Amino acid sequence: MRAITAIRMLSIPASFAILLLALSRVGFKIDSLIEASLLAMTPLALAAMGEAINEKGGLVNIGLEGIFLISAAVGVYAAEVFNNGWAGLAAGLAIGAFIGLIFGVLSVYGKADQIIVGIGINIFAIGFVPYFILAEWGVPGIHIPPKEVLVQPIRTPVISISHVTILAIALAFALNYMIKRTPLGLRIRAAGEAPEALDAAGVSIARVRILGAVVSGALTGLGGAFMPLAWFGGIVKEISAGRGFIALAVLVAAGLDPLKALGFAFLFGFAEGLAYVVAFTPGIKEAVPYHLVLMIPYIITLIVVAIFIGRASFPKSIGKPYRRE
Amino acid sequence: MGLASRILETVAQPLLALAIGLAVSALLMAIYGYDPVLAYKALFTGAYGSTYDLMETLAFAVPIMLTGITFAIGVRAGLFNIGAEGQLYMGAIGAVIAGAFLSLPWPLHVLVATLAGMLFGLLWSVGPALLKVFRGVHEVISTIMFNWIAFYLATYLVLYQLAEPGRAEKTYSVLETARYGVLVEGTSLTSVLFVAIAFNIAVNVFLTQTKMGFELRMYGLNPDAARFAGISEKKVIIVSFLIGGLAAGLAGATQVLGRPPTWALYGTLGNVVRLGFEGIGVALIGRNHPIGIIIASLFVGGLRHGGRYMEIEAGIYSELVDAVTGLIIIALAVPEVFEAIKRYRLKRRVAGG
Repeated sequence: MRAITAIRMLSIPASFAILLLALSRVGFKIDSLIEASLLAMTPLALAAMGEAINEKGGLVNIGLEGIFLISAAVGVYAAEVFNNGWAGLAAGLAIGAFIGLIFGVLSVYGKADQIIVGIGINIFAIGFVPYFILAEWGVPGIHIPPKEVLVQPIRTPVISISHVTILAIALAFALNYMIKRTPLGLRIRAAGEAPEALDAAGVSIARVRILGAVVSGALTGLGGAFMPLAWFGGIVKEISAGRGFIALAVLVAAGLDPLKALGFAFLFGFAEGLAYVVAFTPGIKEAVPYHLVLMIPYIITLIVVAIFIGRASFPKSIGKPYRRE
Repeated sequence: MGLASRILETVAQPLLALAIGLAVSALLMAIYGYDPVLAYKALFTGAYGSTYDLMETLAFAVPIMLTGITFAIGVRAGLFNIGAEGQLYMGAIGAVIAGAFLSLPWPLHVLVATLAGMLFGLLWSVGPALLKVFRGVHEVISTIMFNWIAFYLATYLVLYQLAEPGRAEKTYSVLETARYGVLVEGTSLTSVLFVAIAFNIAVNVFLTQTKMGFELRMYGLNPDAARFAGISEKKVIIVSFLIGGLAAGLAGATQVLGRPPTWALYGTLGNVVRLGFEGIGVALIGRNHPIGIIIASLFVGGLRHGGRYMEIEAGIYSELVDAVTGLIIIALAVPEVFEAIKRYRLKRRVAGG
């Protein structure tokens, strides 16, 4: 069993290496492909690992897409107000945490149907973000902030990498340790797996679950603000383009494990990076219609989830409001 | 509980949610210095103030009462099918292909083009249904992925395969023989309204009068009991998805075959985008009941049509209407809001003797 697991773990980087080699033969720039993949990985990884904590605690927030959208818009706004991209990222994190808090309170105290609240958050965002862009900047659907308020990446001799990407990688390890090895992690897992036991031990399930919802919202919010401020350099009204749901797919494929979520987020990021490189590499971009290339990340998401889903493990009382018997 | 109080309860919760949604949105307007009273006055007189506006509101209600069915029949079977958006794009594509490139006599052509739209919507719902049944992939993830794939596929088809020569921004218009007749001259309401209403009634008959409909509802209420009673889980899921696909495909077809003045699909998909997601709000306000959905579609359709007046008269971008819908959905999801009011009223009644 161990051997099989080891082979499976090794087969992924090995197949990546072979793919990269093959791609370099046909004229791809490997460094730009890696950069594009890491950029695309970052918001997915942040949202997926935050939501992993949330779902371990027993709540399911499918409103990640809406949080991405709102925090992207608010992030750009704050970056311009404070004339500082970092303030924008912080604002994205804060507004995400706030939406997570509302979601948590409605789910825990309001005993809301969590899926419906999530859908509501997404549809609210579809309406609110264009409204916000127009009300704030007076242009419909798109805004490019001045270059000075963008967060610049760290330039290494090999590739450029964002601080936020490094933070996301570090967080994956930190959250993995937290959830598996600390008393707080035990409480979160108990809130999802055996809430009666946690309640009997005198721990407030409400607080643990709301904490999960806030962490999930905050990290998703950071990921949302990352998109315009450290990746695309501007905001359009559909900036997240389904990534909130791809993050949910990452989570399902990773079975709520933060480290695996990082790995799958890179895989999905790579799919998106590949799409960009295909769309812009001379000689290839002419042969493949642009719109069909843009489908690649979504198709790969479906395939990967369908393959890996069997091993997903979700807590017993996930999605159900806790009621004392 | 008496019939009167049951009706009151059924209606009261959506009404309360509407009030919450409108109030929070008023706050969002006030923050930016817009006048909410002026805005809502423009919105509602714009939506229902004249015969012309009523007809337009009805025209807006047609596609969303159908995409409402897509979501509702999912919920009745215990699923969260949010794939109406993509199925609607494909339905519109199917209607364009059959409506613009086939040549048939008038009533037959309308029928064939409508069925082509429904078939395309149905085919686009097969993928998520099979992924759910055979791999357990959650429908929220799969349907959204299919929505985005449909968006790029439909955009590609409109721009490169179906575009009208010299007018790259839209597809060929469907032939006159494939068009539904305009009901009131000068409005965009066509007889396709009756098709949509008939479809909703048919779904209601299916749910209440057939064995399969009963099995679907039973599975939605209690999957374990349904399995124990020998109901096939796979069959229920697939049937729910396919009916949803037919409804969304028909919704797409209505925008091509039954909506002047274009009789075509825009390159940006501008005349169909968001109609799938709005169906979710319609379904929830209509309590996932086909007849409730028709009523709810008149409200949400009114928001959509009246929103234009809000934009003209109060200067508020009409996409805020979607934010209102989102807030209403959130309010509807929280039973405790309504429970708390009921408990309070009960307490007062007890205290008052």
